[in-house]
Amino acid sequence: MTEELTIGFLPLVDACLPILAHEHGFAEEEGLALRFQRDVSWASVLDRLLYGHTDAAHLIAPLAIATTLGRGRPAQPLATPFVLGLNGNAVTFSTELAGKVAEPGRLADPVALGGALAEEAQARKRVGRPLRFGVVHRYSSHNYMLRYWLAASGIRPDEDVEIVTVAPPFVADAMAAGEIDGACVGEPWNSTAVSRGVGVIVLATAQIWRRGVEKVLAFRAPVLEARREAAEKLIRAMRKAGEHFIDPGNWDTNAAILARPEYIGADPALILAAISDRLILTGDSAPVHYPDFMFQHREAANFPWVSQAEWLYTQLVRWDRLPFLPADAEAAARVFRPDVYRSALAGTGDLLPGASSKVEGSLAQLTAVTAQQGAMVLSANTFFDGRSFDPDDLQGYIASFA
Amino acid sequence: MRIAVIDESASRASIIEEGLSEMPESEIFVLTQRHGLLAQLDAIGPDIVLIDLGNPSRDVLEEYFAVSRALSRPIAMFVDESDDDAIAASIDAGVSAYVVDGLAANRIRPLLDLAIKRFNAFARLQADLAEAKGKLAEREAVDRAKRILMQSKGVTEPEAYGELRRKAMSTNRRIAEIAEAVVTAHELLGPTGEAK
Repeated sequence: MTEELTIGFLPLVDACLPILAHEHGFAEEEGLALRFQRDVSWASVLDRLLYGHTDAAHLIAPLAIATTLGRGRPAQPLATPFVLGLNGNAVTFSTELAGKVAEPGRLADPVALGGALAEEAQARKRVGRPLRFGVVHRYSSHNYMLRYWLAASGIRPDEDVEIVTVAPPFVADAMAAGEIDGACVGEPWNSTAVSRGVGVIVLATAQIWRRGVEKVLAFRAPVLEARREAAEKLIRAMRKAGEHFIDPGNWDTNAAILARPEYIGADPALILAAISDRLILTGDSAPVHYPDFMFQHREAANFPWVSQAEWLYTQLVRWDRLPFLPADAEAAARVFRPDVYRSALAGTGDLLPGASSKVEGSLAQLTAVTAQQGAMVLSANTFFDGRSFDPDDLQGYIASFA
Repeated sequence: MRIAVIDESASRASIIEEGLSEMPESEIFVLTQRHGLLAQLDAIGPDIVLIDLGNPSRDVLEEYFAVSRALSRPIAMFVDESDDDAIAASIDAGVSAYVVDGLAANRIRPLLDLAIKRFNAFARLQADLAEAKGKLAEREAVDRAKRILMQSKGVTEPEAYGELRRKAMSTNRRIAEIAEAVVTAHELLGPTGEAK
């Protein structure tokens, strides 16, 4: 019997896997019918998930943790058995700011750019017009990546600069109007600012954390239990969609599908650029190829590592200035469900990591890791400042930022 | 009570405003522009903010409520647990409500009920309009199909309609669908490609 799942999403390139699972018939092969609910704010995506308009949602990973911990509204446990992708965001500066601190036309070195930006931030603060950056949501990886980079560069996010929420489709407008000096946002919204001539892409978030967790597929925890079989079908269908998505032979087709108004509703050329890891950094430059700008499939990219959830918890504690609470840390860790991922893919021949947690940022080169079957290799996953995150010592990690 | 209604659709905002004007001792402020939204809210100092689910400024608004020190009293999403049904109904209707801390639930509930009614009424209006537009398009397709049949087969208008109807009945489809197929075929084959 065909089961049905309704999935909420925001029009962003990294909503691609469920959409392509539907469009290419991978869901149907599993006996699963997918419906989609497009929204234009994370608040509405979350409301529809919590009030049952949708069964699952494309969600910024930190928001799944924040919702579980009751930040901003009564706590509701969410569960994520599948990471929709790693990275895929960029930092774009206004043309004016980029002209001062960066070398427009090439991706910057994050350490050097951070140093130059720190001087400019102090200068702007002194004249009473602090630099202002836009992020898509306070509980977004964009916010946490940007803050991580700024703080490690000696710029205190809430004291030296301002960070505000800007809806992705309005980033270019806000930059043009001088409301923000820069933004950390997903594609195609960086490229939109570039093509309108108001911004310059200076960094890919993959340069800040080479393997940073980005969007997840989230369910309400009780719904995941009730719809477990359908969820596992969806996981298998999305793994097949991922294989299709990263094959260069399919890029044009997939860009055209994703560009349709019912999905992203944007220029297919900009979407193609993102999925082929090619970025036009300034209005007049040739595309730059940055490998793994988006990372949707290889190396078990979709595996929900518990250590990723725990890293997000440390950043929530850090930026919401909360006390570390073991109960919260446990609740946050439970949001990521590697057990469901494994159960869905057992016997499919897909590579399944043997562990559920890893030291994040510790691999500087290709490293073989234990898999349940076959050989598995993970490539570099470093943070730009060389720090690593050991999930066995959350408190120590949090304290190291103080 | 100071009520702010944020809606980029000016026509829906006016329908909601009209509905809420029944509320006693209330002042209603309608905000339809994204630009300068937060500054306007600061100036209004609302007790309740209503915003439609399709508004892209919702995340900006929630951030503002979460961190702003400009408002004297904190605003939160209306999530009194005893009123979960009311929230579910408002989400169904496509509206979300934020209220200042401490505002009594018995003051919020009637307002939310009114807002939900008005949102639903607007949605029905839109559906009726879409249906009327669809019917008009269908009638145009049937008229064009009749003209094509009259010209290519030399039949009268009632005969042309009769053929469309017979085909619809025998294939278990709607007349409008048959008419659209005739029009499409005619466009593809051109004026010389008459049915043989």
